[in-house]
Amino acid sequence: MTITTPTSGAGPTAAVAPTDLVTLTIDGVETSVPKGTLAIRAAEEIGIEIPRFCDHPLLEPAGACRQCFVEVATPGRDETLRAMPKPQTSCTLEVSPGMVIKTQHTSPVAEKAQRGNMEFLLINHPLDCPVCDKGGECPLQNQAMSAGRSTSRFVEAKRTFAKPIAISTQILLDRERCISCVRCTRFSEQIAGDPFIELQERGARQQIGPFSTEILGFSGAEVSVGAAAEDTSGRPFGSYFSGNTVQICPVGALTGAAYRFRSRPFDLVSTPSVAEHDSNCSAIRIDHRRGTVMRRLAGDDAVVNEEWITDKDRFAFAWQSAPDRIKTPLVRGEDGELHPASWAEALDAAAAGLRKARAAGGVGVLPGGRLTLEDAYAYAKFARVVLGTNDVDFRARPHSAEEAEFLAHRVAGAPMGVTFADLETAPAVLLVGFEPEEEGGVVFLRLRKGVLAAGTRVFSLAPFASRGLERLDGTLLSAAPGTEPEVLDALKARSAKGELARAAASLAAAGAVILVGERLAGIPGALSAALRLAKRSGARLAWIPRRAGERAAVEAGALPNLLPGGRLVSDAHARVDLAAAWEVESLPRAVGRSTGAILSAAAKGTLDGLVIGGVEVADLPRPVFTERTLEKAFVVSLEVRASAVTARADVVFPVAPPVEKAGTFLTWEGRPRPFGSAIASTAMADHQVLAALAGSLGVALGTGSLAEVQAELQQVGGWDGARAAAPDVDPATPPSVADGQAVLATWHLMLDAGRLQDGEQFLAGTAKRAVARVSAGTAAAVGLKADDLLDVDTAAGTITLPWVVTEMPDHVVWVPTNSAGSAVRATLGVDAGTVVGLSVAESATEMTA
Amino acid sequence: MSADILTPVLSARWDTKRSWTLATYEANGGYAGLRTALGMDQAAVVEAVKASGLRGRGGAGFPTGMKWGFLPAPDGGPRYLVVNADESEPGTCKDIPLMLASPQLLLEGVIISSYAIDCHHAFIYVRGEVLHVYRRVLRAVEEAYRRGYLGRNILGSGYDLDVTVHAGAGAYICGEETALLDSLEGLRGQPRLKPPFPAVEGLYSRPTAVNNVESIASVSGIITRGAAWFASLGTPKSTGHALFSLSGHVTRPGQYEAPLGVTLRELLELAGGVRAGHELKFWTPGGSSTPLLTAEHLDIALDYESVGEAGSMLGTRALQIFDETTCAVRAIARWTKFYEHESCGKCTPCREGTFWLRRILDRIEGGTGTMDDLDVLLDTCDNILGRAFCALGDAATSPILSGLQFFRAEFEEHITRHGCPFDPAAAALFEYTSRSRENEVALSGAGTVGA
Repeated sequence: MTITTPTSGAGPTAAVAPTDLVTLTIDGVETSVPKGTLAIRAAEEIGIEIPRFCDHPLLEPAGACRQCFVEVATPGRDETLRAMPKPQTSCTLEVSPGMVIKTQHTSPVAEKAQRGNMEFLLINHPLDCPVCDKGGECPLQNQAMSAGRSTSRFVEAKRTFAKPIAISTQILLDRERCISCVRCTRFSEQIAGDPFIELQERGARQQIGPFSTEILGFSGAEVSVGAAAEDTSGRPFGSYFSGNTVQICPVGALTGAAYRFRSRPFDLVSTPSVAEHDSNCSAIRIDHRRGTVMRRLAGDDAVVNEEWITDKDRFAFAWQSAPDRIKTPLVRGEDGELHPASWAEALDAAAAGLRKARAAGGVGVLPGGRLTLEDAYAYAKFARVVLGTNDVDFRARPHSAEEAEFLAHRVAGAPMGVTFADLETAPAVLLVGFEPEEEGGVVFLRLRKGVLAAGTRVFSLAPFASRGLERLDGTLLSAAPGTEPEVLDALKARSAKGELARAAASLAAAGAVILVGERLAGIPGALSAALRLAKRSGARLAWIPRRAGERAAVEAGALPNLLPGGRLVSDAHARVDLAAAWEVESLPRAVGRSTGAILSAAAKGTLDGLVIGGVEVADLPRPVFTERTLEKAFVVSLEVRASAVTARADVVFPVAPPVEKAGTFLTWEGRPRPFGSAIASTAMADHQVLAALAGSLGVALGTGSLAEVQAELQQVGGWDGARAAAPDVDPATPPSVADGQAVLATWHLMLDAGRLQDGEQFLAGTAKRAVARVSAGTAAAVGLKADDLLDVDTAAGTITLPWVVTEMPDHVVWVPTNSAGSAVRATLGVDAGTVVGLSVAESATEMTA
Repeated sequence: MSADILTPVLSARWDTKRSWTLATYEANGGYAGLRTALGMDQAAVVEAVKASGLRGRGGAGFPTGMKWGFLPAPDGGPRYLVVNADESEPGTCKDIPLMLASPQLLLEGVIISSYAIDCHHAFIYVRGEVLHVYRRVLRAVEEAYRRGYLGRNILGSGYDLDVTVHAGAGAYICGEETALLDSLEGLRGQPRLKPPFPAVEGLYSRPTAVNNVESIASVSGIITRGAAWFASLGTPKSTGHALFSLSGHVTRPGQYEAPLGVTLRELLELAGGVRAGHELKFWTPGGSSTPLLTAEHLDIALDYESVGEAGSMLGTRALQIFDETTCAVRAIARWTKFYEHESCGKCTPCREGTFWLRRILDRIEGGTGTMDDLDVLLDTCDNILGRAFCALGDAATSPILSGLQFFRAEFEEHITRHGCPFDPAAAALFEYTSRSRENEVALSGAGTVGA
């Protein structure tokens, strides 16, 4: 059995046996809560709010702010109530049977304690609420109203600090506003595991700060250059989750540079939404003022992202309103240039071109991996119904036929299997071709939660142990690129040795999980081997792509071998079933071509037209080749912003970014994440444009409105017929590596040169600087000296980067896929597993200067 | 009253030549207790300490044997003994001379105690400012290793013990046992949330006994001379001998080792009385964290119960004697400055409250206080006492609340006369010229909290 219905992780709703309930009284109200519940939560349950600052449901109790005092009495052995001599902090107090709690509502002692504490919090707090970002949504401000004095008895000079400190380019700290609740440091320690700030000094001079020699007063001491060079952000500590500290700060001490002084909370209109940056589709809140998005916050979704999001989800939204937004349709004129055109004109031009191309050699469809379910479905249907082809492939990244088979076999149409909650409770998780911190976002946080709380053991099949893996207390199963299938096949409980045997044994435990990343598609035989391992060990397998739209595109049938709902193109029953639903006579029978094959065909002229959605040429395996191809074919582009595709397209239709449209993303789990339009807009979603285009071609596509698409998706439904067989592809023969060469390893960093991060300079400043990684042996063989730069080259080009020695196999070099100075596909024209040349860069001094 | 009330046990060897060496210690009967203990069942050692009635000498007075009894049964994992030698309380000065003069006595106690609780790695956390003491304890540990009192198979018993001496980094809060443990683990020294208590999850989350230097040093005597002997000293509930540290306006300041229950009147007689020509104004029974007492309390038995009944605490028996030349406001302001400087910052009442208290007291002492300030002082203390995370916050209120109780008129006089009626030079025991107010402010601002 490989697919189960998620049962764990129901958390709050899980039924609790009556024996595990504790009955107590709060303000005269009797209530029963599960054993171990904190008094402050028990009070919340019955609607009694106790003021608090340091308390946070997802962080360990601190008892630091002392705001949540209550009066407590507990029954003694003789059942008579004994009052505790001092008021207790309800955020640290576990309830016990028969406990009697009096909050500020019924206890003068608790009320006085809270008022006294509030006065303490305010004596050194600046009165800059009118200019503070938090003003209007500030727990301190609000609770000062309810539990504070109208006038202050404090007549002394307040403590001041220089303000603000830039903890990173994105996070600013006003120390004098800080009330030392240590939510931020607890978050970075307990949740993200990348403590980039810590308490310093003591008493009233206690302050949060970065690890700065200036504040710590180590005069003459040096910031650890080695460590800084190691992750090369220029600072020894960086964080992809730092924005969460701004959100949980109960005062205005931590602020985001991008939002600072930009807006007042009461001027903002908030819309719950879903983040578009990764396949976690985290719940977010979009705050806009008169149509301009001012900021994004983490939404509260216990089953997906809890209350945390990545900095990318939080801060990278400027791309949606970038100056290069396409506002009107564009048609290439006689002069060869693109000119703004009316919709009617553009639709006519597109229809004419596509009709011609369809008749000549056919048209391929490349929707891209960032679409909603509804949009992806429209592309999938457009290809089959309007263009009469299965040449549709959402994969704008390295891909393979093996992957398409894998997706058809394991992912498409499957009920939800592995969930976020399962990651938390899994005894063991094997990561293959997947760096959770860089490519997984909040998946990393869930894994870490499991590691810390339940002792989940993490194994990673990768060339080296990343900092993320270290923070997961993970074990590296070292594998050079291309050898993944071999190592996966070696994970056998009986015959394996050492770490491999331990990993194999761990994976055999009930609840174990294998997570495979999208880049495994680039390694022949790897997905086949992963499936074999899952079968052998009984571990459940989940596929975690990077992009938000990929899982939905699989379900929507935006693949050459797949129709919506997991139906196989090759299955006549499935085709008939779908044709009936779509009210067409038949569907194309031949399995279509992949992205690569579509582009090759277009280059050869055997395919004459292309309909392209949100595809970034630089993401494709051969960007330069693609650009040339696009010049040849008739290209209809549906895009938000000007791109390498639109520059070469014949007709360009503007489409709405997620903030301006409604739709549904699917998480990597397969969980639907519907969201509404946050900003009123006339921009159309892809499915609407495709409906109009189909209309111009004389076909009623039925995707003109979201309601139509969703109704149709309901009607089409899933498929209980035949599934694809598991792929069984042999691994490639390992390439021979000569001196001065290495096998390339590469993956994306979370913050890089991606176009969805455009326009956000403060966020960009927190990205890791690109470095190449090689083993000491490889570095010595190349003759690299400390200050040298490393050239990584192919016939297509050269990437020159600083380098660091990393414990990894010899003759392997790792570089980030798409960071500043390291555009692997565009520059080298190759991907992971390829042999590249290594040499000492000639102009090292120039580069570092 | 004669000197025969003195019971030199811990201090018995202090006046021998090179008292701190192992040779001197052994020549004077040292390590006899260890030999006896190693021949006993571990549980019997714990029982002996329980039977002796020894109560923690670090101030709180919790029964030492009972504390050890809270450690869960051995599970095969490590268990630790941590000796709290972070003596930092204003007025308290007993552990430092003990470690300086007789470090082997402490070590013998450490070994016996470790053996009793089945610990194989003990730590001595020495206050960082007393480098000479740190060095001396380090040397003592080295000597003990060389003679086989530490290390593998101690005295052929099969029992192993390692001792690590660790120097603090200058924080009063690290005398609080959980802050000490955090500091020892290399973390920022701030108190931990309890429960779990150190006995269950202490150092490195393992069962840990944290005991004061004097408590541990008393253990070898209990083993050598018997629990009954120890219990015969002192009062029924506060048994044994203890160091009483007299300081301030007293003719012969120093350590006086006597049974618990001795009175200040008796101790003052031994010490030659209050400074010649002066009379007692107020005193602290156990350092600045214990509420002040006055001349009317001279005959209170210095045991945990009697001092408690008198409205104060026995604490560390740091008897600071102040005569009538002392300005109570000035003394209390200095103590408050200490608490403000040493507040760790973790919790709001202590961090902000001590900051505020100091400023009010500074104004009152400087002559710019108001009568309302006295009410704010009292109310602020009320908002700190019992509201802070650890006992440091409570301690900060002790001198102020007791000071206002006994010397409110003096506070009011500072306010109505717009200044201090006392001459600081008269209270000084050395040549002293009062600095100008400006200098004082400038100096106090450096390195501490400034506006």
